[in-house]
Amino acid sequence: MASASRTATAAGSSASSSGTGRAAQAAIDASARGPVLLFLVSAIAWLLIASGLTLISSIQLHRPTFLADCAWLTYGRSQAAGLNAAIYGWGFNASFVLVFWLMARLSQAALRVPSVLIVAGLFWNVGVTLGVGGILAGDSTSVPWLEIPTYAAPLLFVAYALIGAWALVTFRSGGSGRIFASQWYLLAALFWFPWLYSVAQVVLFLQPSRGTSQSVIAAWYSHGVSSLWFTAIALAAIYYFLPKITGKTLRHYDLASLGFWTFLAFSAFAGTASLVGAPVPAWTTAVGVGASLFLIVPVIIIGLNHFPTLAAGAAALKSSPSLRFILVGMIAFTVSTLAWIVTSLQSVAVTTQFTLVGSAQTQTVLYGLFSMVAFGAIYFLAPRLAQREWPSLALIGAHFWASTAGLVLCVAGLTLGGLAQGAALNDPAVSFSAMASTLSPYLFMNSLGVILLAIGHLAFAVNVVRLVLQTALCGAPTADLFREAPSLEAAR
Amino acid sequence: MNRFCLIFLGIFAIAAVSWSSLVFSNQRAYGAITAHYDENEGKAFPQPAPGLAERGKLVYQDLGCAACHTQQVRRPGFGSDQARGWGERQSVARDYLYEGRVLLGSMRLGPDLRNVGARQGDAAWHLQHLYDPKLVNAESSMPAYAFLFETRQIVGQPSAKALTLPASHAPAAGYEVVPTDRAQALAYYLATLKDAYAYPETSNVYVEAASKEGEQK
Repeated sequence: MASASRTATAAGSSASSSGTGRAAQAAIDASARGPVLLFLVSAIAWLLIASGLTLISSIQLHRPTFLADCAWLTYGRSQAAGLNAAIYGWGFNASFVLVFWLMARLSQAALRVPSVLIVAGLFWNVGVTLGVGGILAGDSTSVPWLEIPTYAAPLLFVAYALIGAWALVTFRSGGSGRIFASQWYLLAALFWFPWLYSVAQVVLFLQPSRGTSQSVIAAWYSHGVSSLWFTAIALAAIYYFLPKITGKTLRHYDLASLGFWTFLAFSAFAGTASLVGAPVPAWTTAVGVGASLFLIVPVIIIGLNHFPTLAAGAAALKSSPSLRFILVGMIAFTVSTLAWIVTSLQSVAVTTQFTLVGSAQTQTVLYGLFSMVAFGAIYFLAPRLAQREWPSLALIGAHFWASTAGLVLCVAGLTLGGLAQGAALNDPAVSFSAMASTLSPYLFMNSLGVILLAIGHLAFAVNVVRLVLQTALCGAPTADLFREAPSLEAAR
Repeated sequence: MNRFCLIFLGIFAIAAVSWSSLVFSNQRAYGAITAHYDENEGKAFPQPAPGLAERGKLVYQDLGCAACHTQQVRRPGFGSDQARGWGERQSVARDYLYEGRVLLGSMRLGPDLRNVGARQGDAAWHLQHLYDPKLVNAESSMPAYAFLFETRQIVGQPSAKALTLPASHAPAAGYEVVPTDRAQALAYYLATLKDAYAYPETSNVYVEAASKEGEQK
């Protein structure tokens, strides 16, 4: 095991060059170009749509009259549509970008028949369009994270089945022979999502299960997607890019497998902690709280893998925008998991349950961890796919600072607001209108954060669109860009 | 860790245990919950909701009311649910037995609605409130749902369903504001939403939870 770990560590730090040359690497990248570009462009389109919808709903929180006369954009709908556009539109498309890039590179396998993925990608995006449109039109299921109407779900499921199967085919057809930590997390995510989604669809909508067992299943689903899909994929990317960009081997890699299994085992049961106090069997929430407390183990181990590695290669932070995004993601992983552990304690939940603290938690995982890591990864991989440099470094900087500042404003506003809300809710003398005026400045702070995020996303979109257009219009890419400029491959 | 089979089996085993314990065993346990037959009243509880209320619930779902309102009363000592008058007892699993879609909710920007029908049993009040919440509470932070109503010209007799509005909200002369079917269904749903029956398990829970020392332990 120990020697295997050491070789795997070496594979992690120089995955692109072990046994294959730069030309083979370029061929693998080229095979992934079509599908990955499709997922990338769809992801960015959904990111902009989600930013717009989230901005509308966040303004409505402190100005209830805003767009209130428009049935399509009433708060209950704009909020759900924004969340689902962010999860299934931006989040999943960006996840697919990461999954195929990482699988192809780590397994040293070219994507076979990429046109299948293009068809699946189109299906997925038609499904999300129907779903988000359906929510705005009033067909929401009102189940958190599963608001997409049932008529769009089969499309998503079929598209995912193709995508997931293709990822596994890519993995198995690989010639690397080693399975690196990133791949464990990817395999777990690829297996867990279809399981979660099909179970949730069947027992919530097709054959609805009785009474509040539905709430248990909904909590199991939403935490499952948050931790075993988004967090797992972000961790897979961190395990890959951290040694690659810093050029340092992962520290304490022998512990990584323990970190993986504890993360998987405890996350699988932690979701029901959010149901404390609800009319569900007490043991169900007790299991959730217990599993949540044990999440401290993977947080420590994964932190031991990541932070010392980054510290050893901190110089790369200056030259690599990708690494700066990934650093924010690493911090968000630690913060969000610790916050989940603390808020699962009953003495804390009595204040934080049913408040904006929950929204802050979601924002930290979906945006702070997943989206920031996805941005960092895209800044690394898109030039290698397009064989072209990013058109504007200034826009990358603008994106990073707008996103980081926006994230801090949103999370701080929602957390502080949530604590004030919890205190107000627990005091029966405080009316809801008094609570609303207390919350107003915090919600305003959140809206400012959402505006900053949207500005960052615009900068990101402009850069990507320019890169894609240049590649499409200016003909032959400079195929030797990365060979002749070894400094760009920081790991070598 | 280089064996695909072992990794896959491990992932599969964790998923299987998670599903069978949290999902499957709960489905089985809930299958055993039955309605409670009260011999004095000659009825079984909970009673299925009438059709109009079910339609109103679909409107509740479609507008995303659950984004700000919960439908669960927590036990005494955990939050201020009872002190705020949201219910005389905590909600129990049996209350939701016949609901096709359970909407417990996870956010309280507005009050809990599990027993809103016990506080406001008048559908007309709910119609006014939905048309503009400021009509019944000048400080309300709830958005208006005026799009559930139709402002139309009075032809012949005014509609019996037309809202009686104060001068500040009254439509132009010769016009009236009439609730749509959706508004009426939603108002009916809210006006009838309550868990009135005290099941045996609710009285048990009540006594236990009321002693604060025992609960802290």
